[in-house]
Amino acid sequence: MIKTEVIVGKLRLKNPVLVASGTFGYGDELIGTIDINKLGGIVTKSLTLKPKVGNPPPRVAETPCGMLNSIGLANIGVDKFINEKLPLLRNFDTAIIVNIAAKRIEDYCEIIKRLEDTEGVSAYEINISCPNVKEGGLEFGTNIEMTAKIVNATRKLTSKTLIIKLTPNVTRISEFAKVCKEEGADAVSLINTVVGMAIDIKTRKPKISTITGGLSGPAIKPIALAKVFEVFQNVDIPIIGIGGITTWEDAIEFMIAGAKAIQVGTANFIDPNTPINIISGIIRYCEENKIEDINDIVGSIIVETFPH
Amino acid sequence: MIIKTISTILSNEPVGENIYRIELLSPEISTASKPGQFINIKVSENLDPLLRRPFSVYNVIDDRIQIIFNVVGKATKILSSKKVGEKIDIIGPLGNGFNLNDDFDTALIVAGGLGIAPFPFLTKILKEKNKNIISLVGARTKSQLVLDGFVNVNTATDDGSYGHKGTVVELFKLKVMNNDIVKTPSAFKVFACGPIPMLKAIIELCDKLNLNCEVSVEAPMACGTGLCQGCAVKTRDGKYKLACKDGPIFNSKDILL
Repeated sequence: MIKTEVIVGKLRLKNPVLVASGTFGYGDELIGTIDINKLGGIVTKSLTLKPKVGNPPPRVAETPCGMLNSIGLANIGVDKFINEKLPLLRNFDTAIIVNIAAKRIEDYCEIIKRLEDTEGVSAYEINISCPNVKEGGLEFGTNIEMTAKIVNATRKLTSKTLIIKLTPNVTRISEFAKVCKEEGADAVSLINTVVGMAIDIKTRKPKISTITGGLSGPAIKPIALAKVFEVFQNVDIPIIGIGGITTWEDAIEFMIAGAKAIQVGTANFIDPNTPINIISGIIRYCEENKIEDINDIVGSIIVETFPH
Repeated sequence: MIIKTISTILSNEPVGENIYRIELLSPEISTASKPGQFINIKVSENLDPLLRRPFSVYNVIDDRIQIIFNVVGKATKILSSKKVGEKIDIIGPLGNGFNLNDDFDTALIVAGGLGIAPFPFLTKILKEKNKNIISLVGARTKSQLVLDGFVNVNTATDDGSYGHKGTVVELFKLKVMNNDIVKTPSAFKVFACGPIPMLKAIIELCDKLNLNCEVSVEAPMACGTGLCQGCAVKTRDGKYKLACKDGPIFNSKDILL
């Protein structure tokens, strides 16, 4: 029996495979389609204080081995989530990680306060890295002082595991991870999408209404892996790896680079069973390689020279 | 209930200029499908093209399901070269389907280009319900008209090579202005599918004539199941609905194209 449990902050995950925010709805859409109890955890769609209708269409466009999106954080708002979605999610034997987004520090705090009064939330993932909203989002995640302030303010409100989701659209992501650790975050998750663009050459118009969007999918996997490794080398904080993970081999690669857990995102759009297949693939890999505890893979990368 | 299955290709043939029709064996999805719904196909196991591609259910014949498509990009090129006996990964039936419970005697079907896609199946079910059907089908030219499965057809081609010379919207105008429709609009229901400018024009006319109208809307889509929120369609109250889940069939009074 392979030990698959990993610990991220105070959070015990029965296995390291989570589903990424915005790719699994609020978790309830897929009840009956996949066995949710098998997942290490669900990261919900980003919740804001008030419901958001999202960006105008077109919101998605496919690019080679990836996709651009600009959904604009369309969501039902924290109150409706608490009243309508959380009671369903509570019944599952999996970690419920609530992703929150806001355009003001006070709003991040207010959302956490409301969620602290409920039961069923296992951890928070703070989104400071959405590239598709005017205020907040990337503006916070690319500014080191703002990042520090948000972590500091939200940390004071909860003893639950606090995960900060980082953007790759910065020069040194490890500087941001370092600040997160200093301000008391339990973990960082990376990467959010990479700013990208596509143009329709017939109409000469951008394929996304907001001109640029967030690139995700296998196209960004090497970028994500490099960022995970950079943080692993430079900061002592648990890392959740995200970016183009589609197969169990991808997941193992991220864990070897230093990720304690991983999130499956875009691949859920193609097959929502992907995370379940990845879990069985990881277990098989451990069995075949005589690895008894999955934690032994984490950060097991062998390098002879270090990147600059 | 969404069904995911590996389906065998039973036929794949050109039915018009650059237009192919594929027949798939899928007893589960065939039984569950309603006219106006769609299936989402993973055309290859490779990472490019990455996402599934949505196709209207063109027709259902016993345990078989048909789709029709124009070869326009990477994915449809791959699909057009699929051989009989090959297997592909499909999910469906997705979306809401046409509402056939309204009170109407005559269906007025309006299809532009590949907007024919949902109508042979709809026609079949309307016939079972003993509705009168008038079909208006438009294409650029005769070689791109695929009229199988339509009944009581009037055609329009941009170049005049078959039927009315002009667009299907003009044909629709001629039709609705020239008979009983104006007098008793409630006996009719319009079902339209085609390019966005065409749908806009049809919706405008239906608004004017107070005709009940449903349109099948295409939007760039990633998952087809509501997870990604990508396929937003603007509603008249300034919000958005999803083409994959709330649609792809919308009442013309609800949306703003």
